[in-house]
Formats: sequence, structure tokens, C-alpha cells
Amino acid sequence: MSLTNKTYWRGLEELEQSPEFVKNAKQEFPDFLPSESENGGHYRRDFLKMMGFGVAAATLAACETPVRKAIPYLNKPEDVDATIPNYYASTYAEGGDYCSIIVKTREGRPIKIEGNKNSSISKGAISARVAASVLSLYDKERFRNPVIEGKKSSWEDLDSQLGKSLSEVSSAGKPIKIVTNTVLSISLQQAINEFIAKFPTASHVVYDSISSSAMLAANGKSFNVNSLPSYDFSKANVIVSFGADFLGTWLSPIQFTKDYSVNRKVSKDKKTMSRHYQFETTMSLTGANADFRTAIKPSQELSFVIALHNSIATSLGGTQISGAASVDTKMIKSASTDLINAKGKSLVISSSNVLATQLIINNINQMLGNYDSTISISNPSNFKKGSETTISSLLTGDAGAVIFIGCNPIYDFAKGKELKSALSKVAVRVAISDRPSETSSICNFIAPDNHFLESWSDANPSEGKYSICQPTISSLFSTRQSIESLNRWSGGMMDAFSYVQYVWRVNVFPKQSEITSFQLFWDKAQYNGVFELPSSNSSLPYTFDASSIASAVSISKSTNELEFSLYEKVGMGNGSQANNPWLQEFPEPITKSTWDNYICVSKSLAKEKSLEQGDRVKLTSKNGISLVLPILIQPGQAANTVSIALGYGRENAGKVANGIGANAYPLISILDGFASFSGTCTLEKTGENSPIAQTQTHQTMMSRPIVQEASLSDYIKDPYAGRFRPMIKTNEGEKKPEDISIWDTKGLQTHNYNNHFWGLAIDLNSCTGCGSCVISCQAENNVPVVGKQEVINRREMHWIRIDRYYSSDNKEDKSIAGFTTMEDPSENPQVVFQPVMCQHCNNAPCETVCPVLATTHSTEGLNQMTYNRCVGTRYCANNCPYKVRRFNWFSYYTNEKFSGINPAHDSRENEGLGKMVLNPDVTVRARGVMEKCSMCVQRIQSGKLAAKIEKRRPIDGEIETACSSSCPSDAIIFGDMNDPESRITKLLSDTNKERAYHLLEEINVKPSVSYLSKIRNV
Amino acid sequence: MQVSSSIRPPLVTGGKTLHDVTNDICRHVEAKPNPTWMIAFGISVLTLSYGLYNVYRTLWYGIGEWGLNKTVGWAWDITNFVWWVGIGHAGTLISAVLLLFRQKWRTSINRAAEAMTIFAVLCAASFILCHMGRPWVGYWPLPLPNTFGSLWVNFNSPLVWDVFAISTYLSVSLVFWYIGMIPDLSTIRDRATTKISKIVYGAMSFGWTGGAKDWSRYESVSLILAGLSTPLVLSVHTIVSMDFATSVIPGWHTTIFPPYFVAGAIFSGFAMVLTLMIITRSVYKLEDYITLEHIETMNKIIILTGSIVGVAYLTEFFIAWYSGVEYESYCFINRATGPYWWAYWCMMTCNVISPQLFWIKKIRRSIAATFIISIIVNIGMWFERFVIIVSSLHRDYVPSSWAMFYATSVDVGVYINSFGLFFTLFFLFSKFLPVVNMAEIKSVLKSSSETNSVVDFKSNVHSH
Repeated sequence: MSLTNKTYWRGLEELEQSPEFVKNAKQEFPDFLPSESENGGHYRRDFLKMMGFGVAAATLAACETPVRKAIPYLNKPEDVDATIPNYYASTYAEGGDYCSIIVKTREGRPIKIEGNKNSSISKGAISARVAASVLSLYDKERFRNPVIEGKKSSWEDLDSQLGKSLSEVSSAGKPIKIVTNTVLSISLQQAINEFIAKFPTASHVVYDSISSSAMLAANGKSFNVNSLPSYDFSKANVIVSFGADFLGTWLSPIQFTKDYSVNRKVSKDKKTMSRHYQFETTMSLTGANADFRTAIKPSQELSFVIALHNSIATSLGGTQISGAASVDTKMIKSASTDLINAKGKSLVISSSNVLATQLIINNINQMLGNYDSTISISNPSNFKKGSETTISSLLTGDAGAVIFIGCNPIYDFAKGKELKSALSKVAVRVAISDRPSETSSICNFIAPDNHFLESWSDANPSEGKYSICQPTISSLFSTRQSIESLNRWSGGMMDAFSYVQYVWRVNVFPKQSEITSFQLFWDKAQYNGVFELPSSNSSLPYTFDASSIASAVSISKSTNELEFSLYEKVGMGNGSQANNPWLQEFPEPITKSTWDNYICVSKSLAKEKSLEQGDRVKLTSKNGISLVLPILIQPGQAANTVSIALGYGRENAGKVANGIGANAYPLISILDGFASFSGTCTLEKTGENSPIAQTQTHQTMMSRPIVQEASLSDYIKDPYAGRFRPMIKTNEGEKKPEDISIWDTKGLQTHNYNNHFWGLAIDLNSCTGCGSCVISCQAENNVPVVGKQEVINRREMHWIRIDRYYSSDNKEDKSIAGFTTMEDPSENPQVVFQPVMCQHCNNAPCETVCPVLATTHSTEGLNQMTYNRCVGTRYCANNCPYKVRRFNWFSYYTNEKFSGINPAHDSRENEGLGKMVLNPDVTVRARGVMEKCSMCVQRIQSGKLAAKIEKRRPIDGEIETACSSSCPSDAIIFGDMNDPESRITKLLSDTNKERAYHLLEEINVKPSVSYLSKIRNV
Repeated sequence: MQVSSSIRPPLVTGGKTLHDVTNDICRHVEAKPNPTWMIAFGISVLTLSYGLYNVYRTLWYGIGEWGLNKTVGWAWDITNFVWWVGIGHAGTLISAVLLLFRQKWRTSINRAAEAMTIFAVLCAASFILCHMGRPWVGYWPLPLPNTFGSLWVNFNSPLVWDVFAISTYLSVSLVFWYIGMIPDLSTIRDRATTKISKIVYGAMSFGWTGGAKDWSRYESVSLILAGLSTPLVLSVHTIVSMDFATSVIPGWHTTIFPPYFVAGAIFSGFAMVLTLMIITRSVYKLEDYITLEHIETMNKIIILTGSIVGVAYLTEFFIAWYSGVEYESYCFINRATGPYWWAYWCMMTCNVISPQLFWIKKIRRSIAATFIISIIVNIGMWFERFVIIVSSLHRDYVPSSWAMFYATSVDVGVYINSFGLFFTLFFLFSKFLPVVNMAEIKSVLKSSSETNSVVDFKSNVHSH
């Protein structure tokens, strides 16, 4: 076949070779369908386009664009970067409560409070109250502007009108009273002093709602120093406390817990620990941690103190005190033996506000040689300065003007009612306060104060220890700091910052000589948050006059009448932070109750009066004050006594606190000038009942190996003492549970943690149960607040809970009848605490049952929860042996039921203020999804990122969870279990490996959280 | 030529002819609703409305409307779910298993029993949806290809197995029920007088002609479907029981659960069938089709399954003690003596003691006694699930989390909703569809009908 030259044309156009054809022939695609037709009309495509646009535009116009409130920085502040937190050292000082803190801010908003490790007082720890105080900043009920006679006003008007009134009062020679609680701030004290200098008729009245005036007076008599001593619990081998709840509420609990825990830890290398005796009326946090606890009536306290004194005096050759009622001295004798053996390394304390008691306590410590060792009076502390006598001078009502600075005596002073009527005679009543209170409500001038997170201030908690409080946000409202207001009224024009600097330049800067430039000194102090001088002890002359005690002894005879005692709750304290929903919902460490106060009664008294928990009773004190509260049966409560918490029954604190519980302050009587926190009373049934919202209602451990404990002597003999070590019988002999698995232990189903393996170790011996971790976690992880009814419904949302178990008299009998008695706590039980959060099981029962894989395991050992994926079957929560999963039963941020209490609530009424406290790194969970502890995965991620940027491995201790960082007793250790050098690895594999156990080891879920058994020094 | 067994009593009494059968069943479909039906249907719809209000509250505000808490995450919701699924067992058992075993007595009750199965499974499904925290994403447990990313379901989770088990069961039962109904639907179609019923029943009967080929295919499909559904009878409740059996919670973590649940399901299913059949036979005067023999036979099955359940209860107790597992033994002591003792003893009395009364022939053959005991058994079976779910959860491992469950009015309301739904559907069914399988009755009429008597002759004359 030969090739032909035949040509085939594609068409006539090719044959013709028209210019247009030649031009288009090389294009791959023809240029058909021009956008416009030649005659200017519209094509089908245009029509479709236009229709599409029209529909889209109409749809868009119909949708309301959500209003986004995030506004980008027009001029970005130099040190604020979006998503990068900033940290500022500052100071928390509420009355006499003190804590040096680090404030975390995000985009200019303070969102979390951490401890400042530079402080030798709080040593990097915080308490629940300190952690919660950040929420009070965003309380919508705070004062927003000056108020004169109930009307909104301006600062100019307030200054001029008040200035006029004050000079009138002053020129008339009428007294001006400045009323405060203990002032820790030297700048505020200076401002008050300058005010007094300007107005010579002015005087400063200091009182404390929970007064230690007898201690101040006793030290005045013993040492001629009208101050509180400073204590060092870390040096004390034997501690005897009469009613002082030093781990929970007494003076400086954060500091005391930190020091106390040092000597409570045991390990391979340290098999000693302090021994702690507690004599008290109701079960306090401290009593719950004591090795030996004796329940005593308040009227017996002095007799017990005298018995101890006399017992020690007998051995050490001191003066005997006679006339005390006889008491059961069994525990006193063993305490005195221990104290004498630990002479110079022991500590006896009392929270009593009876002068004689405090004098005897001083003498006991003097006999034991504890001064300048565990107690120092030459380095006094300033936590309490108030006296009841000076504030009682207000009751005459002859003052011309009264200025209340951050205090609320009408509520929390024993004679608040009388004070209120006396004040009606006073013409000028001024409140400097950041929020409304019972006292501010009767004032005609309100000069709103800043929240402490908006303030420049300082604190001097004890001799030679200073710290700076710096603002972390500018004032949210038209408020002005108390220092500035006083300065203005004294004729000054300084702002708070200059004023604090001026006070430091004059008073603090000269105390050191290392830094010569004040600016450098200030910058350093501000950066560190604290400036501390080395403390030195110098012995002071001591006098003890046994005869001055005789009169007190004669009235201390105990009676058979029903006695009451008043106490502070760890979370609520004196009630000044009552409008803080986090604190209202904070489970009280002992009773695990929230949102209420109640009358604690012993089991025997409840039986005698046939009362059941929740029955409302009317308590009437001897001086005719009565209140109605539900009862709570409290194991460990002294027989024939009742106890009531202070800090409740607020009337003008805000929506959260108003009307919760009853105010017990009026029950305080003032005896010989000292407030007495106990007395006699009668109880009367009302027939009503109101349930108490408790987060734990079963009190005992049912003899299960949940909290494993041993005595110190047994532990020394065998480090495994008290440990439950389950073995499973198999056909190959007995095996440890973790050695048995239904899964292939080498294949894909096993988790391989090649990089990190995060874990927590919790020392049950150090944990005091204070609950600071609970609030720290709540703040860090945006945990919702659910309110009293939902707590009663057992739906609290806390990611970490602290289980509290009482011992039962029945430990052995596991018959049907035995189980019933096992549920009953002993009359004076031993108490254990156990923080429980998600155990991050490596054979997690929750992970296998989720139908949609919403909870899965990470490559670093974390049990992760994917909220977006959760459909809310709650199967995971049911299958969790630890019951740590929390379900969003409602939409807590939109449901009206939670509008008053949940900070994240979206209601208009909230103005989005509460939302400012939310941690932007943590999702706010929607209704119907499960949530739980994430081991602060956001912190792990940011820690890893920081290390990665610096091209290194994360250093142990660099990443902390919210719970571990807040813990004042260092009971919670977080770390990488793959890192051989980490504290957690060493703890679990070396120093404390015998004490380490997993909760419910026998079901082999392999938790990443380990517990160290509790050791009691008994 | 009629062969009647000398031992077996006839299955159809009253000497019915083929025409009688058609007439007796079809007349309810064709007649105007009678006042009793109207009242009963009205009550059902009212109940459903009240229930829907409670469902609305649950869906609008959240599961918080119920009494659940951090410790007890399932209570009435899953109790009701398992209870309804259990009830739904009898239908398939009667129609499939008994068909395979050639038990002819099933013919007059299988239709209603199957309908009951379907409605019960629908009620159960309503609880699956309601109990979810986010029911709007309730389809996520289905393995649907999606564009959300690499999201897939967890085939380890018994809840996913549940999804498969229930949906398979529902679809097979539905098909079985419907196919069984086609010959009867065409009978109604053929008798229809109004235009609407002609069209509706015509469409529903899928062009059934009644020819030999139709019947032959019908028989084969029935057998195939019976074969398919027989394993389902065992599998559904086995898988439901695995929701509990595969968990770690004491009282749930039990290998006996699959057979125990299946026996319990048949037990409660038969009781529910009895309850409904006794009502239907008296309301619709079907005493000749659902005879005392039927009731007695079913009562015998109730004795059997009730005894199996009773043995299971005792076995659980024995194993709890014998295993030496502390948590397990406490769980069972707590069931019997703890705060929920009343639920436990209610369950024991209703499920173990009451069916034993059927050993007495007089009780077994008494309609009233059967009716009462059938209700008691269903109460007992509800409590069984409540005891298993709530009393195991409320006190598990860590005593600090022990809590009580208290039902709210919404809990009750959502349960009432399922009754409303069930009875509304059942009354609609009994009005518009043939409640007894006419075709199959006719097939046993020849062999198992009572011989004609004078009375029946009269009635025959009358009906012509």
C-alpha cells in the first residue's frame, strides 16, 4: 500500500483558510458562548448569575449578622499579644488574709491567679478563696460610680460635697472615725495617718470580724508586744492545737499548710513526721488532719489548756494553775509527754479569744522553749490587729463622720444591729468599698473602691516582709482606690501608683542597702512581687503572772447546758466574698456542703432530740438572739454542742449571696472586751425541713481499699504497710492484675508512649483536703456553676473533687447487717481526704464504650474528650469506675436558671461581664456533652510549645496542672512518667514506690494517676 | 373429610367457615369506628399529647429535666428502652420461631403480636433518641460516610452493636409483618365499597391476585424471613444485654446476661401479647379465634421463661458470693437490702413468684387471672431493668460518689409518652388493618376447627 496525498478538511472554513479560522485554529478550546450577545441583550448564563446573586443577597440580607464583640487593637500595646498570656506579680490581701500571687492575663483580662514562689509566706501556694477572687472582679454587682444619698454622682461632686461635710464636722470638733479591718497595706495605713493629720478629730478604728484580740493582748502582757507572733510549723515535731484551724482558716492558712506539710511527708529517706494533737468542738479541716483529735466543749477549752500546762509544768518545774475543772486527761498526758520530748521543737497554739487561755498557751510555749524556734514574737505578723473595744466606741453615735474602708461591721460585728441604730445619729457616713454591703447600704456617701486586681497597693503581712499589689487591668467602672480617695480628701493630688511609690521610697527602700537607685529597687520588687528582709530573732523579756488568770479560771467551769461554737468555713471565711458563686459552690472540705450554712450537731444529740439531717431548728442563745437553720449531723462534733459557720445570711451582698443561710455574727458576745465565739443556747424544732446541698452523701469507705493507710510505726517496719496488693488467681498461679490482659499486649491495641507519658501522683499524707485545687481547676477550665438545687440533684460540675471519708467503728463485719453499720461513721472518726479527678486510665472503660469515638486516648497517655463529637449517651460516665465524668445536663450558659450564678452566662443582664473570666484556651461546653478533667491539656500543649521554640525538652516542673500548681501542701505532683529524672518518676519508682498505688488496681484499668498511701503518726 | 385430633383441642372454635373468618375479621376494618374504640383512641391520643409535652421539655431544656445525676447516668430512659425492646420480642418469636416449628396455634395471634413488636421497637427507639444529650446529632452512631473529617463510629462500643441490632430487627420485623398482611389486605381490597379504601387497600396489597404462584412465593418468603428473624430473636436482646455485660460496673459485668435477657424478653413479650390479646378478643369478639387454648399455651411459656429468669436471679446471687469479688457481692446485698430493696423485692415477687401460679390449671385457664398476672409480669420486668440499671450504678466502686436517683415528673411523662405512642399506633392498627391473619387461619381451619354445631349453623345463616 502506498501513502496517498489525500487531505481531509475539518470543514469548509479550513479549506477556505479564512483569517479568522487561522487565528483560532491554534487555540485548544474554542471561545464560544460570549458573555454578551451581539445585540446587547442578556444570555442564559447572565440570567443564572443574576438570579444566583439575587438569591444569595436576599438570603444574606435575611440573616442577622451576629454581633462580634472582639475588637482588634487599633494600636496594639507593646506587651500584649493576642493568645499569649502575660503574668504579673501582685498581692491578695482581704482584711488580714494574705497571699502573694501571680496574675495571668489574656488580652488584658485577668483570668487566673497562681501563687508566687518568691514569697516566703505563701511560698507559691494559693487557697480556694484566693483562686476565686478573680471572679469577684467581674461581679456585675460592684459599685460603678460614686453615689451620694442613693443617687448616682460624679467624683467631683463627691469630693467637693464630702470635703465640705468633713471640714464642717472637723471644725465643729466632732470626731471622725475611719473604720477598717486589719490593714496590711502600709500605703493605706499612711494615707489614713495623713488623713488623721489633716483632720485632727479623726481616729482610726480597727476591728476584725474574726478577732484575735485576746492573743494580741496576751502577747502585750507576756512580751510587751501587741502583735501576733509568726509561726514555723515546718520546725515543729509535735503540734498541739486548741481549736485553731490553722490549715483551714486561722491567721495564715496557706503559709501554715505549706510549712506543716513539710514535716508530714515521708519517703524512703525520711521516715519521720510530726505528730499533731487537736482539741476542738466541731470537726475542722485541721482536726481532720490531726493524728489525735479530741472533741471538747468550748467551755472545757480553758480547763484542757490548764491541764496541759500543769502536766508540762509538773515535768519541767513551772508554776501550777489551780481551780480548773477536771477533764479527761488521757490525751493531754500523752500530748504533754510528746511535747516535752520535742522540747524546743514543738508548738502549742489556740484560736481562743480568751485572754487567760492565750496567756497560758504563751507560758506553755515558753516552758517548752519554743520561742525563737517554732514561734517568733520578735518577728511579729500583722494578720490581725483589730480590737473589739475600739469599735464599740462607735456605738455611742457621737461621731460626726464615719468612713468605712472595705469593711462591713453592720454585718460582721457582733453588735451590728446596735451599730446600725447608733450610726443613724451620725451625719456623714462614707463607705469606701468595691461592692455593696449591709454597711454601705446605710451610708450617704459611697466612694467606690477598685478591686484589688485594678489597684496599686502593697502589704506587710509580717515583720520585714513586703509585697506589691499592681493592677492587671484598668478600672472597669468609675471607681477610685481607697488610697487615692483618702489622699484627695486630705488635700493631696497623688494617684495610687505615685502614692505607693512614695510610701516605699520613704519606708521600705531605706531598709536595704544593696540597691542604691530607688527605681531599680522598685522595679525588682515589682517584678518579684515581694521584698523581704532576712529575719533575725531576738529574745524579748517574758513575764507570766499566774494570779491574773485566776478570775478567768473561775468562770470557765463547764456546764451541762447545750453550747454553741462559731467557726469559719474554708471557702466562705468571714463572708466578705459571699457574692462569689465559685465560693458558694465550693464543697466545704469536711461536710462537703455548698450554698448554705447549718447547725452542726453530733450524732448523739440528733438522736436525743430525734432530729434528722435537714430538719430546721430554731437556736436561741442565752442573750436572746435566735436563728433558724437546718441541722447537719457532724461526726466528731463534741457531745452536747452545736456549731454554726459565720459568713452567711448576707442581706445586701448581691444576687448570689443574699438570703443564703443565716447570719451567726449576732451570736458573738463580747466578754471583758474580747469577742467570744461560743456560748450556751437552746434548740427547738420548727417542723420544717430544708435539704443541705452536699456533693458527697455517703460518709464511709465501706472497708474498701480506696484510701490505703498505715501507722508510722508500721510503715517504718514495712514500707508496704497498709497497702492492698491484689493478686489474681490464674491457672499459671497468682498474678498481678496488670499482668493479665484480654488484649494483645504487644500489638496495635497497646498504647505506645514514645514521647511523653503524663501522670499525676497524689500524696494522701500531704493532702489536707483544703480544696484550693478545686477552685483553681474551676477557674482554669471554665467549669460551670450550677446552683444549690442542682447540687442537691448531685450534678455539680467540678472536675476535681476531694473525697472525704470518716472511719467507721465496724471495719471487719461484711455481713448484711455489718454493711449497714459500716455506713455509719464513728462518733469521733478518723478522717481521710482523697482528691479524685479523671484517672486517665490506659485501659480506659469510657473509651471502649463511646459509640462515636468522642473520648479517645492520646499518644501521651491522656484520656481525651472531644466535645464536638459527643452525642451525650452518658455511657462513658456510667462505665467510669471513679465517677469523674460530668455531663452538661442543661445549657448552663443560656438557660435562665443559671443566669445569676454561672459566670459564663450569656444573658443581657450579665452584660458579658462574667464571661471575661473565662479561659480562652478552654471551650465552654455545650448542653448535652460530657466533660471531665483533661489534665490541663492546654497547659501541656503550651508548655511543650514553649520548649519546642527553644529547641529543648520540657523541663520537669515547667508544666503544671491547675491543681498541682495551687496545692499548698505539694500533695499533687504532675510530670512526665517517661522522663527518668522527673519528680513523679522518682517518687513512683524509687523514693515512695512502696506507698504508690492505683485506685481500684484490681480492675486493671491502669490509671495514670497514682496515690501514695496515708501514714498516720499514731 | 375432616381429621380432628383426639388429643389436641381445636384451635378455632365455633365451627367457623372460611367466609365467617373473612367476615369476622374484616367487619372491624370496614365498619365505622365503634364508640369504645373512639374512647380508647381518644385516651391514647391524649396520653400521647401529654407525653409529647414532656418529650418537648426534654429536648428543649436538656436531660437535666430528668432525675439523672453524675452517678446514675441512665435510669428510666434505658429501663424503658430495654423494657420495650423486651416486649417487642414476642412478636417475632411467635411468627418466626413458631412458624418454623409448625406450631399452628400461632396463626390467630401472630398478626397482633408482630404489630406489637413493631410498635414496641418504635417506642424503644424513641428512648434511644430522647436519652441522647444532643439528639440533633443522633445519627452520628451510624457508620455514615461523611465530610466531617475522618470521623467513624467505634465498633468496640456495644451501643453501636445496639444500633445495628435494633435497626435490623425493626426492618426485618416490619417486612415480615407487612408481607404476612398482603393476602389479607387484598381480601379487604376485594370487599371494599368506598373509593378511598379501594385505592388505599389496593395500593397496599401490591397487586396480590391470590393465584397459586402468589401463594407459593408468599410461602417461600415467609419461610426465608422466618429463618432470618429467628436468630434476631436471640441476637437483639443478647446485644442489648451486652450494653451492661461488657462494662466494668458491678452488677452489670455479668456473663449470664445474654441468655438471661433473652428469656426475660420472651417472658415479658408473651405477657404483653396476652394483655393485648385478652383485650382485643373481648372487644372485637374474637373468642373463637383466640381461644382459651391459646391463652393456656402462652401461659405455659410464661411459666418456662419465668422460671428461667428466676434461676438467673439466683445464679447471679450465687456467683456474686462465689466469685469472692467484694464489689459484686456488695452490689447484690445492696440490691436486696439497700435503699432500693423495694424495687428488688417487687421484681422478685412479680417475676419469680407470680408466674408459678400458672402451675395451677384453674389459674392458667382463667382469663381474669391471666390478665392480672400478665400485667404483674410486665411490672416485674420493668423493675428488673430498673434494678439492674439503677441499683448497680447508684452504689458502685467509690462510695464518695454513691447517690440516689429520684424520678421527676418529666421522667414519668416520657414513659407515658411511649404508652401514648404504643396505644395510638395499636388502635390505629386494630381499626385499619386486619388484627388476625385471615389467610393463615383459613389454612388451619380445615384441620383444627371445631366441628359445626347448630349454633354455628345459625350464625352462618345469619351472616349470609
